[in-house]
Amino acid sequence: MSSPPFAVPARSVTAPGVAVRIPGPTAATSRQVFAAQDRPAGRFAGLSRRLSWPLGVCTTPVAVLLLWELLAKAGILGPTYAPAPTSIARTAVSLWNQGVLGPDLATSLRRAAIGLALGLAAGVAAGVLGGLLRTGEYLLNGVVQVLNTIPILAVLPVMIVWFGIGELPKVLIIAFGAFVPMYLNLFSAIRGVDQRLTEMARTAGAGTWRLVTWVLVPGALPGFLVGLRFALAFSVLGLVAAETVNANTGLGYLITQGQTYLQTDQVFVGLIIYSVLGLAADQCVRILERVLLRWRPGYEAM
Amino acid sequence: MSAATAAEPRQAVNSVADQVVRRFGDRVVLDHLDLALGHEELVVLLGRSGSGKSTLLRLLAGLDHPDGGTVEVPRKRAIMFQSDRLLPWQRVLRNVMVGLRGPGAAERARTALDEVGLAGRETAWPKELSGGEAQRVALARALVSQPDLVLLDEPFAALDAITRLRMHDLVRELRGQHHAAMLLVTHDIDEAIAIADRIVVLGDGRIGSSHLVTLSAAEREASPAREELRAALLTDLGLARRR
Repeated sequence: MSSPPFAVPARSVTAPGVAVRIPGPTAATSRQVFAAQDRPAGRFAGLSRRLSWPLGVCTTPVAVLLLWELLAKAGILGPTYAPAPTSIARTAVSLWNQGVLGPDLATSLRRAAIGLALGLAAGVAAGVLGGLLRTGEYLLNGVVQVLNTIPILAVLPVMIVWFGIGELPKVLIIAFGAFVPMYLNLFSAIRGVDQRLTEMARTAGAGTWRLVTWVLVPGALPGFLVGLRFALAFSVLGLVAAETVNANTGLGYLITQGQTYLQTDQVFVGLIIYSVLGLAADQCVRILERVLLRWRPGYEAM
Repeated sequence: MSAATAAEPRQAVNSVADQVVRRFGDRVVLDHLDLALGHEELVVLLGRSGSGKSTLLRLLAGLDHPDGGTVEVPRKRAIMFQSDRLLPWQRVLRNVMVGLRGPGAAERARTALDEVGLAGRETAWPKELSGGEAQRVALARALVSQPDLVLLDEPFAALDAITRLRMHDLVRELRGQHHAAMLLVTHDIDEAIAIADRIVVLGDGRIGSSHLVTLSAAEREASPAREELRAALLTDLGLARRR
């Protein structure tokens, strides 16, 4: 089959006045014209965006803080109800200078780090076993599904009965919070790797080790990072629970003290530090995503 | 039928399917099918959709097992699928290397990429490739292991017409350098005529007819013999124009 020569439609396409001949305003509005445009080049594009939204995603938080400050200064919000952000900041500085905040923060961070390390290590090991081996699935999946249905806060009493009120139950509850989402996400991520890709790798001659390291592990990375995010969030939840119920050091203790003596600004200091910790953890995962998932088609918003 | 007549391969046999049966539930897809591929022969398997082309190819690939009969194929074989099946998280070079091991692997992969005209694209991510480029990487990946049998499952079906023609040229060119038998599955008659040594038509679960193609490259593009072969294939597929 050969296509006809191009002579036939040429005249009608290039006929002069085609655009002019279309009458009336309806025709004009039913058409769109795109022409070359002065577009701000390179770094100026970023600059102009920065000028129109100088605070980016921080816009709403900053607006809330300003409103809060105004309401507190105007006396509409009482100091025991919601102290002004500036007075919270002052309290944070003075707590730090008194040598209270630093050690409490260090204690909390140590608990979180140890608990996370334990929970993530166990979650990754179990997830890989369950994901790669059918035996692993049969042995582990049922147990973790059951654990997943138990709210983390409800485990706390058992932990206290078993391990007392020392450091161990606090670390364990954080580890528990991290383990369950890590396992579940990693398991489904490994199982979710495109069957056609594993088939391809096998037929191309890849051995089991090559299949695991080149196909399954990198294919499961997005799911792993989702699991990591949930693990971090749940472990902070575990940290709060463990420290609030029984502790004499740590951020939770600081908050409980503030509540007891109606020092609301101290309570807010604790809350803000928790939120900063959560944000920092989330940023870490974001950076990991950017580095590890470079191969993914970009999904950054305009 | 002058240039295109049924004939058994005269060369040494590369692959054999002997009385192969494959059922899915009650449906018999392959019904005592016989097919032999000669040494370095390029056979195109034509058939309507649902005729069992891909099923036969998967049997030859060892991805599936027959319900009856035997399949005998070389141990070193490679498959190219309709989609490129590149690992999105590995760069192009690593995608070609996926089945290789040993110290010379990277060098061999580079050579294979050069053969398909993609030298210099080793560090690209698959998402950065066009459809034709991605299929050429897949072709390099299939050929890099020096297989004795290459199975191609509608490898160019998703490409645009111009890219497809260039891929046909590439396949013809590469056949001079690689000594493998090839089985290419397609539903495109023109593609079959463009590259085949032999065209077999699958119908009712068996090889219905077999046409040896001895046309020159120029004759494959336009000649009375080509049109005759095309008409014969259309008849075999049950698509002859009723006049």
